[in-house]
Amino acid sequence: MKNDMQSAVMSGHRKRRRRFIFSTSLLVITVISLCILALVLGRTPYPLETVVRVLLGEDIDGAAFAVRTLKLPRMVAALFVGMAFGLAGSTFQTMLRNPLASPDIIGVTAGSSVAAVYGILILNLSGQVISMAALVSGLLVTLLIYCLSRKGSFSGGKLILIGIGVQAMLSSVVSYLLLRASQHDVPYAMRWLSGSLNGIRMSSIGILPPVVVIFGGVIILLGKQLKILELGEERAVALGVRTSLIRSVLIICAVVLIAFSTSVTGPIAFVSFLSGPIAGKITGKGAPAEFASALVGASLVLGADLMGQFAFSTSYPVGVITGIIGAPYLLYLLIGMNRKGGVA
Amino acid sequence: MQPLQKSMRNKKTIAVLTLGVILIFAGILASLSYGARVIPFAEVLESLFHERADSFNSAVVKERIPRTVFALMAGASLGVSGSLMQAITRNPIADPSILGVNTGASLSVVLGMAFLKIGSLHEYIFLALAGAAVTAVFVYTIGSLGHGGATPIKLALAGAATSAALSSLVSAVVLPRTDVMNAFRFWQVGSVGGATWEGIYAVLPFLLIGLILAISVTPSLDALALGDDLATGLGVRTGLIRLSSAAAGVILCGATTAIAGPIGFVGLMVPHTMKLLVGPHLKLTVPLSAIGGGILLTFADVIGRLLGSPSELESGIVTAFIGAPILIFIAMKSKGRGL
Repeated sequence: MKNDMQSAVMSGHRKRRRRFIFSTSLLVITVISLCILALVLGRTPYPLETVVRVLLGEDIDGAAFAVRTLKLPRMVAALFVGMAFGLAGSTFQTMLRNPLASPDIIGVTAGSSVAAVYGILILNLSGQVISMAALVSGLLVTLLIYCLSRKGSFSGGKLILIGIGVQAMLSSVVSYLLLRASQHDVPYAMRWLSGSLNGIRMSSIGILPPVVVIFGGVIILLGKQLKILELGEERAVALGVRTSLIRSVLIICAVVLIAFSTSVTGPIAFVSFLSGPIAGKITGKGAPAEFASALVGASLVLGADLMGQFAFSTSYPVGVITGIIGAPYLLYLLIGMNRKGGVA
Repeated sequence: MQPLQKSMRNKKTIAVLTLGVILIFAGILASLSYGARVIPFAEVLESLFHERADSFNSAVVKERIPRTVFALMAGASLGVSGSLMQAITRNPIADPSILGVNTGASLSVVLGMAFLKIGSLHEYIFLALAGAAVTAVFVYTIGSLGHGGATPIKLALAGAATSAALSSLVSAVVLPRTDVMNAFRFWQVGSVGGATWEGIYAVLPFLLIGLILAISVTPSLDALALGDDLATGLGVRTGLIRLSSAAAGVILCGATTAIAGPIGFVGLMVPHTMKLLVGPHLKLTVPLSAIGGGILLTFADVIGRLLGSPSELESGIVTAFIGAPILIFIAMKSKGRGL
């Protein structure tokens, strides 16, 4: 009898593990093939062989410029920005125990956007300075939201409501900046605000890849603690997790990821929001969702960018595509979640 | 005990009412006199009451009349709309901007601009109303699904998420069309500055219908606050009352949004302030919210003109900056569990 149960538990465990390994490798393959597609497809598609030769350093007329200067940066940016949004989003969702509590809804992304839009439209800055400004203001805004919600006793619900309030203020500032901009800057700023990979060069990507690897790595390493935080404040403390410390570290990492990627591409709608839940669906319950979320985020951005470039007669920025795909899924999620009564 | 309390309340109400009327006049005067060109009060009064339209200053004053009138009307409508929505959802943070109603109105206007080539004010108003109504019903339905009904947090999240979804649809429509983008960016930030007599006349019937409906349902809404069972016992047809209050709330904010663009947080702040001042009786707070909303928006407009001088800061931005901290304050005061 006891043996039976043990073997049932073990076989369930093995099954989940197999599913996790299988789904993760599937995601990795998806991301890699999307990356290859991003390099190959174009107004004039180049055969894979040419692309590889160019990447290895060979100079081929036309292809060298198209691949190295136009497509590679775009692909790299999409890959890392997607991973960053996916990771940061799922971190916030898990930590606040609410799939709707993603950074773009509770004001973190808006915090970065404000500084970046101000830099672009008013100060005419570009490149690293904007990244730094977005980073600093994203962190400050998050700090503000976090501190306000810690007054009295911390609760995820409070943080979300406060975040929505802060978000409303910040987006009115963004609208104000847009109104004041001269007319020829507006299309650029609007594109940026809906998230766009147009015109990305290696120089604008800067230190995004190492930042994503380092801070994303920390989040993935802290995955176990995050899982325990999800059980709720009291239980996490009882299980020996230093909640304040872990929560602060996780928030900082997630905000750094959001702010850096926002400063490169603008806030790409719904990626941070959708990645976590989709990854959860794919890998199944109980599996560490962080790495899978990063992969889902990357596939979403890469895929949506390809669609935006080639699927329609006018090319749309990636954020519009993710927004249109995301909207119905979001509603589906909302309905399902409220039915279960899982919200706060 | 009972009569004493009642007379206290009456005194308070009269005091608030008097203060409100004084502030309305102060607001009108300030709105007519401040701006890029400051005109002394004496001259404002003179150009209002003497037919001497020749001076430059009196022309400026005449220019400022429509926006002042509209600020009062729009503010009143938004205040009433907010207090109705809070009453029927029993939710302290229900407000057109939080429920995503503004974005719904935006989306349908933008769709109209882009695909139906609309231009007339009446078409704007109808589209904005339709968008607002659909969004309000939708958000409320989603927010109230499941355990516990429409709690503040569920409603706020449903509203915020729907807003986000709708605004990415807005960008999908706007981005490839430069002409629409330019018209839209001015409409996207709420402002009473663009009000004209024509717009006021077009929107007036809707506002009147909304206000009359609102005033006729408030006594029953007070009964509804006791709970559905008690209200039914008192002879209130709860479903009908809910429906007509919701209709009034949506008409008021949708019609305002059609002319002014999305102006947030007036409907959140004013009813709460009135509740603090005179207590939770809708019979009092609904009409007082109209007065308070008018005052708030008129002063927000004046402040915007002063801060943004020589151009101006849109009143929607000013109200967001006053109102968002109040939302945050409500959230902080709550214990978290009640959300």
